[in-house]
Amino acid sequence: MNKVKSIEDLKRIREEALKKRDAKTLSGQKQIIVGMGTVGIAAGARDTLKAILNFIENEKLSDIVVRQTGNIGWDSHEPIVQVIIGEVEKVTYGKVTPEIAVKILKEHVVGGKIVKEYVIEA
Amino acid sequence: MKAYRSMVLISSDPISMQQGAQQVFDLLQSKIRSFGLEEEVSLSMVGDVGRHDVAPIVIVYPEAVIYGPVKPDSVHQLVEEHLYKGRIIPEMVASVRELSGRIAWLQARKGTLPAEKRIVLERAGIIDPTSIEDYILHDGYTALAKTLEMKPAEVIELITKSGLRGRGGAGFPTGTKWGFVARAPGTPKYVICNADESEPGTFKDRVIIEGDPHSIIEAMAIAAYAIGASEGYVYVRGEYALAQERLRLAIQQAEEMGFLGDRIFGTDFSFHIHIHSGAGAYICGEETALIESIEGKRGEPRSRPPYPTTHGLWGKPTLVNNVETLANIPAIMRHGADWYRSIGTPSSPGTKCYTILGNVNVTGIIEVPMGITLREVIAIYGKGMKNGSGFKMAQTGGSSGSVIPASLQDTPMDFDSFSKAGVSLGSGALLICDEDTCSVDLAKVLLNFFRKESCGKCNPCRIGTQRAYEILTNISEGTGTQQDIADLMTLSENMNLLSNCGLGQTAGTPLHDILSHFRAEVDAHINLKVCPSGICPMSGRRI
Repeated sequence: MNKVKSIEDLKRIREEALKKRDAKTLSGQKQIIVGMGTVGIAAGARDTLKAILNFIENEKLSDIVVRQTGNIGWDSHEPIVQVIIGEVEKVTYGKVTPEIAVKILKEHVVGGKIVKEYVIEA
Repeated sequence: MKAYRSMVLISSDPISMQQGAQQVFDLLQSKIRSFGLEEEVSLSMVGDVGRHDVAPIVIVYPEAVIYGPVKPDSVHQLVEEHLYKGRIIPEMVASVRELSGRIAWLQARKGTLPAEKRIVLERAGIIDPTSIEDYILHDGYTALAKTLEMKPAEVIELITKSGLRGRGGAGFPTGTKWGFVARAPGTPKYVICNADESEPGTFKDRVIIEGDPHSIIEAMAIAAYAIGASEGYVYVRGEYALAQERLRLAIQQAEEMGFLGDRIFGTDFSFHIHIHSGAGAYICGEETALIESIEGKRGEPRSRPPYPTTHGLWGKPTLVNNVETLANIPAIMRHGADWYRSIGTPSSPGTKCYTILGNVNVTGIIEVPMGITLREVIAIYGKGMKNGSGFKMAQTGGSSGSVIPASLQDTPMDFDSFSKAGVSLGSGALLICDEDTCSVDLAKVLLNFFRKESCGKCNPCRIGTQRAYEILTNISEGTGTQQDIADLMTLSENMNLLSNCGLGQTAGTPLHDILSHFRAEVDAHINLKVCPSGICPMSGRRI
């Protein structure tokens, strides 16, 4: 990547990134975000992530972005998985085991129906 | 956590439960849902709020209205009138407005919702910590760009004006510290980020680095520019493998993009960051021991003065800041000092991260404006005490922090209010203990930790912590005497006055707090040979 030489450079990079994100959001892209801080990993987030990736591969699903993030502060509910579909506000699931992750993928990500029993709220 | 329009609290002490609190809670939940308010109204059970004669009590924020006793058949009206239409129902309001001192805080809080406000944790849990693009997308590195257009002295002035105080525990004004280093003679100067977070129960720094590593890099670069440094170190606790990995990647990315390295943003300013891993010593969180450790020596604290601001790393002027302190810097540079001063209390502006652990229903990390009370933290964020038991005490700031009895749980948590009450805020760990915790046992566990972590350089700490542990063990075995209490008090005082560094100086703090707040309990161990909580062994053994 080119070095940032000035504030204009930084602004340009930021705007490009914004455009890229907006394009993704408008196309209704599906995002699955797994909390991968120490707490999440200790609670089994790696297995959950693996289950999600396996499911996507086995079912040959496309247009799904799986990414990681840090700890959002709800340690009691780890592992935490957040699902964002297009412009709809994100849904946060708690204590997501590999089995629950598959259920969420089937019913929410593919089926479009939120799995209410695992949703956590502040 | 989400922002709500209203917050509804339901008392859930045993008497309230007997009077149908659970049923009221369930009904409230279903009614709120049937009115479609679940996104706007939060609902929680909060344990004992005092006044059992009007149980179960329902409290609605931000109006701070207290309803009670609430019967299941009046729930519908409450939801429809108050929560849906926004009208207070006078005939349902509890007969007493002031529910004794125990929830006087409700009145003080009228009109405000003690909601979370995230500055340092703004991006943690949102962005991908391994992607610099994601950080830039969330305003990353704009603060650095802005800083480089200012003069170093202006940057320091802005930080001073913001009123930011060190979040490592002592609360020293950050801008003042920066000024000391900037004015100190001698070059080169160094910036050190203290990420050796070893206070048991504190993990805010880990969450910040793991979730948002670039914010620390950006902040260190800003600090370096302000004080005139070109080298920086991050001293990360050895156990934080993941944090180190993410930080290393972030530094590499920042170097590739030109936010670190030579001629940053095309200016003459150059800055490099190195990571130094700790090796598991508690004492290395103390800044002079940390500096010794970076220099490759044994991690023992230096005598102060001189302070690191003039004689730090390799004898040069050095700025040592905590992770949370630094994480505040980019936001202050972006939004200005006035914005920062508008959050928190006048003497302690800004937010504070608290890690909540112990006997509460929900543990985790929160970031709230300075000045929230312990009772609010337990009720709102901890979702009440576990198993409906009562709150006995809390320890703030890890092992060396203060022990706070129930009587102080309505004290606003900021630097000045706490020091007025004779306790310290520390690093922000909140270890919540219920009535089944024995204060003697807690003190014993803490002193056991200190005696093992004492570096052994000075006598008061090395011998004092060991001796205090032995005395406490005897008390817990039922072989203590009244003389032991006097000895403990003397030890605590001497360690505080005579120890070389913070470890020994604070090792006596929990001891002192427990002896002054829970004297009756300690006396029961000695005079009656009974542990009221049934925790201590009481075997009659004596060391």
